[in-house]
Amino acid sequence: MKRAVLCCCLLMSLLVMAVPLPAQAPAAAAPASAGAADSSKEMNDKLAQLSQQVAAAQSAGDNAWMLTSAALVLMMTGPGLALFYGGLVRRKNTLAIMMQSFAMMGWITVLWALVGYSLAFGGNGPIIGDLSHAFLRGVGTAPNADYAGTIPQLTFMVYQLMFAVITPALITGATAERMKFSGTMLFMTLWFFVVYVPLAHMVWGKGGLLNASLGGKFPCLDFAGGTVVHISSGVSALVCALYMGKRVGFPKQPMPPHSLALSFIGACLLWVGWFGFNAGSALAASGLAASAFVATHFGAAAAAFGWSAAEWLKNGKASALGAISGAVAGLVAITPAAGFVRPMPALVIGLVAGVACYLMVTKVKALFGYDDALDAFGVHGAGGTIGAILTAVFAQTLVNPIFGDGKPVGGLDGHWSQVGNQLVGVLFAWGFAMAGTIVILKITDLITGFRVSEEQEVEGLDITQHGEEAYYLES
Amino acid sequence: MMKLEAIIQPSRFESVKDALREVGIEGMTVTEVRGHGRQKGHTEVYRGREYTVDLLPKIKLEMVLPDKLVNTVVDTILKTAKTGKIGDGKIFLSRVEEAIRIRNEERGESAL
Repeated sequence: MKRAVLCCCLLMSLLVMAVPLPAQAPAAAAPASAGAADSSKEMNDKLAQLSQQVAAAQSAGDNAWMLTSAALVLMMTGPGLALFYGGLVRRKNTLAIMMQSFAMMGWITVLWALVGYSLAFGGNGPIIGDLSHAFLRGVGTAPNADYAGTIPQLTFMVYQLMFAVITPALITGATAERMKFSGTMLFMTLWFFVVYVPLAHMVWGKGGLLNASLGGKFPCLDFAGGTVVHISSGVSALVCALYMGKRVGFPKQPMPPHSLALSFIGACLLWVGWFGFNAGSALAASGLAASAFVATHFGAAAAAFGWSAAEWLKNGKASALGAISGAVAGLVAITPAAGFVRPMPALVIGLVAGVACYLMVTKVKALFGYDDALDAFGVHGAGGTIGAILTAVFAQTLVNPIFGDGKPVGGLDGHWSQVGNQLVGVLFAWGFAMAGTIVILKITDLITGFRVSEEQEVEGLDITQHGEEAYYLES
Repeated sequence: MMKLEAIIQPSRFESVKDALREVGIEGMTVTEVRGHGRQKGHTEVYRGREYTVDLLPKIKLEMVLPDKLVNTVVDTILKTAKTGKIGDGKIFLSRVEEAIRIRNEERGESAL
């Protein structure tokens, strides 16, 4: 209530500024002649008014950046991820994989508005929020001081929503080319409630078990979603791929990407959108946002180089698919670190992630023989885990004094025990995502089924699941 | 009348077509095909997965010729389609019983 009043005052002061000056002048002139007491009152009013205007100006700047960031993160799912994944599948499954991303843009938004936001960011429980903001009750233009004191809570809510949209969409990379659309919708709905929302609360929510700044038991550094988004989706993707089994014909039959040109555009859109994802996670148009922006860009660039170099040494050629996969792996790995590390460590994190994820998708996957069709685990699970651990190594209080002014944050500050906290967070996220996903898979399998029939799989998901084709070459 | 089918390298197609026009060939049917003979394909690598692409793009020319032109056309194709490397393709000749022009029902070599 107080905040609503404050906000009204801010708005009114803005309105007053827009009104021509003569209207104000007589009002200001009158008390000036009424003695010293009045004059000091006038001074106080003036000061109060000024500080309101300063706050309003900061809010305007922060809000402009955060709304832009929210739009950038939405762009990562559609068209970014939809194109990236869409190009990697065979032609007959293009629309189906794009539709799985697009469906998250619609459906998760609805769930978020009804209860998702409240369960993630309402209340202060250790595991999950509460229903205090259900149906967005109390979520208006006044800020929520617990999370972002300078922007309307509506902005914070819609920004966090975009993360909830892309996370389940990432999983569809592992189940690509063989998952039923009905099964996808049911699975993602359950996964949103059982895995995403609790994890988001535990890491980012007030009082959450792993929260670093708002009273968590195991303070875990995760600036923009290394555990919440990438480990959770990557590990769940692995479980899905193992549960579902391989695609018909895998690995004997060749299944090359049908359009790397689409994937290329998608990856570049992901790179740009990631500035909203990481730099936006500063929740203000601040120096920290600038720091995260630079770290993000450096991480992506170094990883594109790392993957390409490894591939060049191994195969004698640097492929376009390798370069873009490397960039995405670097973006994943820098996500938890972006707001904690300086530019040089960001280059190191990217380089390590690029080489490591290359080995994951080429060597480790082949060794175990699972069919993670588009490498959701190899890139997001592995990259997220590497990034989370390296965050603890390179985090510096100079960049982000999250534990208080001057208090050491990561290994470079001498606070090596943070690596242990981070491992707890990582292992917890792995275990939590695995357990949740297995239960949900069983439930989904009982109700709608998970996988299409073999005939449908061979015919393609576009026709059998959606009744249309991506490329109608005869027309 | 003879039917000639030639499978050639896509890179040689324009030269073959021009040379055939010079020796007076007025009609042909062209198809983009895939295949291989003794030439093995090439390898593509996607995220470490190797695919051997053994069916390579080729061009197939088909034409039905009056007997007196057959040798000239075969010589022309041999000369212009050859790169000397494996994968240059093949020419097949077969006898044709009859040809009929649909527009006016002309028959035999005059229908060609």
